[in-house]
Amino acid sequence: MRWMRTLLANGTTAQAALLVALFAAGLALGLTVQTAEAAENSRVYVPKPPKGKGDKCMEDTKFMRANHMNLLKHQRDETMHNGIRTKKHSLKECVACHTVPGNDGQAVSYEDPKNFCRQCHDYAAVKLDCFECHASKPPKGQAKIHPNAKNAYRVSGGLPQ
Amino acid sequence: MKDVTYSELNARGTGFYSLLAIFGAFAGIGLLSSWYMEHNGHYVTGMTNQIVWGMPHVFAVFLIVAASGALNIASMGSVFNRLAYKPLSRLSGLLAISLLAGGLAVLVLDLGRPDRLIIAATYYNFKSIFAWNMFLYTGFMGLAVIYLWTLMDRKMKCFSFPAGLAMFVWRLALTTGTGLIFGFLIAREAYDAALLAPMFIAMSFAFGMAIFILMMLAAYNGDNRPLGDYIIKRMGKLMVVFIAANLYFVTVHHLTGLYAAEHSGVEAFILTSGGTFTWHFWLLQVGVGAVVPLFLLACPFTPLTRTGIALASVLVIIGGMAQVYVIIIGGQAYPLSLFPGMEVQSSFFDGVVNRYVPSLPEIGLGLGGIAIAAIMVTIGMKVLRFMPASLADADIDPHFKPAAPAEAPKEAVAEAAE
Amino acid sequence: MTTPDKQTNTTNRRNFLGQSAALAAGITLAPGVTLYGVAQAKAPEDAVTAKVRWGMLIDANRCADGCNDCVSACNSENGLKGHGRPETDAQWIRKVNLRDPNTGAKQSLPVLCQHCSEPPCVDVCPTGASFKRKDGIVLVDKHICIGCRYCMMACPYKARSFIHETVTDQKPHAPRGKGTVESCTFCVHRVDAGGQPACVEACSKTSAALTFGDMNDPKSNISKALAEYPSSRIRADLGTDPGVRYRGL
Repeated sequence: MRWMRTLLANGTTAQAALLVALFAAGLALGLTVQTAEAAENSRVYVPKPPKGKGDKCMEDTKFMRANHMNLLKHQRDETMHNGIRTKKHSLKECVACHTVPGNDGQAVSYEDPKNFCRQCHDYAAVKLDCFECHASKPPKGQAKIHPNAKNAYRVSGGLPQ
Repeated sequence: MKDVTYSELNARGTGFYSLLAIFGAFAGIGLLSSWYMEHNGHYVTGMTNQIVWGMPHVFAVFLIVAASGALNIASMGSVFNRLAYKPLSRLSGLLAISLLAGGLAVLVLDLGRPDRLIIAATYYNFKSIFAWNMFLYTGFMGLAVIYLWTLMDRKMKCFSFPAGLAMFVWRLALTTGTGLIFGFLIAREAYDAALLAPMFIAMSFAFGMAIFILMMLAAYNGDNRPLGDYIIKRMGKLMVVFIAANLYFVTVHHLTGLYAAEHSGVEAFILTSGGTFTWHFWLLQVGVGAVVPLFLLACPFTPLTRTGIALASVLVIIGGMAQVYVIIIGGQAYPLSLFPGMEVQSSFFDGVVNRYVPSLPEIGLGLGGIAIAAIMVTIGMKVLRFMPASLADADIDPHFKPAAPAEAPKEAVAEAAE
Repeated sequence: MTTPDKQTNTTNRRNFLGQSAALAAGITLAPGVTLYGVAQAKAPEDAVTAKVRWGMLIDANRCADGCNDCVSACNSENGLKGHGRPETDAQWIRKVNLRDPNTGAKQSLPVLCQHCSEPPCVDVCPTGASFKRKDGIVLVDKHICIGCRYCMMACPYKARSFIHETVTDQKPHAPRGKGTVESCTFCVHRVDAGGQPACVEACSKTSAALTFGDMNDPKSNISKALAEYPSSRIRADLGTDPGVRYRGL
């Protein structure tokens, strides 16, 4: 916080204005987050994709939400060009773990809106390009589905069918 | 020669807007065609794993090459200081930008992943002539805009020579680059020749000239502006040189091919046994595209007429499309030789002449590219002062002498030294 | 600086290790027929290096006319399915039948991506999607392939296919999708795990015409075979230096 005090001490009007703006932005962000939480019980659709088959992801959820694309992109280049095939950040492992069962109990592919990745990507209207080429579900018989995954539709407001 | 006045297109009303609507409809067809191809995948087109570049590439390469050629007029005026062409430099620049934009649109919309254009702009392999061309194309656009600025802003006038010179060098580089896309293909017998670079330059001169003449005729007749015979005939005579140069390089290219036993197969294919490609070559490229226009433009026994020049221009364009078709499609139709001297057979069409049937969406996309260029030219002329108000002989011919003894010949000479 | 003595020592030790590894990895099927795995598997976290150059030797004398096992193995391994449109269907490996018009002599052999050390497809690719791994395997990085098909124009071996339609149900180890170009990967997912390409494995059950291995390792089967008899490259005149060699061509 020292920088803030310094800034306030030496600050010109412009700097002070900037600070106020930053504060306001932070407040607004906080409010948004709160609103999002409140939306759980509202009729607004909020994606809440099911858990993966393991106990926990290799990074925490918050980090993954913000950074999964960077991890995947980094890993993709490492694997493609250098042949590094560690499992930690591999898309194959993501897909193997985050399976969602369809009506037949088998893992659904990316064509199904229940697909783990699609739930948020549809919500955020972000193009999901991986599965144009990559398999979006584990090979038949190899999918292990976490019991929690049955709650695929445990989403406030329900999934648009 | 008087001071040149430039003005926007006068045309308005139903006629003008229906023309724009027609162009718009074709551009729409082009976009729809592209969407159809990209949505289904390219199996709905004529392309295959054997003929990987089809009709869209024929249109795109034709337009890109012609774009460079459209600058003939500007180069004649700004670089070689031919006064009669100077008033038309602006139109020349506009046409060049538009044709290039149309050609690139076709090229991009035929990609397997046109949605990844941003990747094409951010990832570069500097050993690739294709990557160089991306700089040549964007640089061409940028330079052309700067060049137009020097022409249209009085304060910038002093830069019009250096800008025109840079443009001249750049357009030669651009056509060289486009020719070398094929010239650098070591594996394909129909290509693999540095000669393709100057050949593409000669092609660009002829195609661009033909398109410019037709555009000028259409714009001046459509807009009821005076257009004298002098400038048209001069362009027609210039086009003779370009058609002949193109024919010269085509001849040398095939002669060198015929000389090497290694290439006799592909030469025999294009020149004698290639079916539709042979017809395209002799009838359309050589006959319609070169011999007849040369006759129309250079025959000493028939007078050079406006209609003759217009017709010759149309024929040069038809012949040019045929020429690009024979180069691109014909060159791929002839099988790759993996095992020279052996008869080969496989499930992957080894050793057979490849079949190509152009599909509607491919042609639709190509026409869409032409429409995009046409829209750009039309709107450009409508909103900015590209067109000299008059191209009557009295306004443009530096040596114009009125039929009746009139005053002010001195003035004309003084103006001409401008 | 190492003394000559030391060098000899290291070489000897390496030889010994190599032989033990070969012994450990080899399974004797019958007297004179030994099935070898490919060298030591690379650890997943290790990057590939230029110390290795993967290559394949195809013995045209052993390759049976009419046998298509390598092709079927490739198709099922990589999930290549035909759509009844031979002109646009992808083929990573194909059988080519040759006939000498002067003598009438016939041959049959597979042609696949030749994994050149000077690959024209890599030279021409505008985005760098077509690239060569340090260990010599030529691949298409489909993440940055824009589908311009210039590599297909440039390849002297007709080794590449363009994906003409939407692909579903891909194999997890062989991603492929509409609008990009693809070709034989030498089954890079297997090779990185210490295995052999699917075609080589399939062929070993019948004709044993295909040998795969590290051409930089003088002890590998492929290096020994290449040293023993002359071999040739397709279109050697182009100077592409393919990693796929042919015997009896």
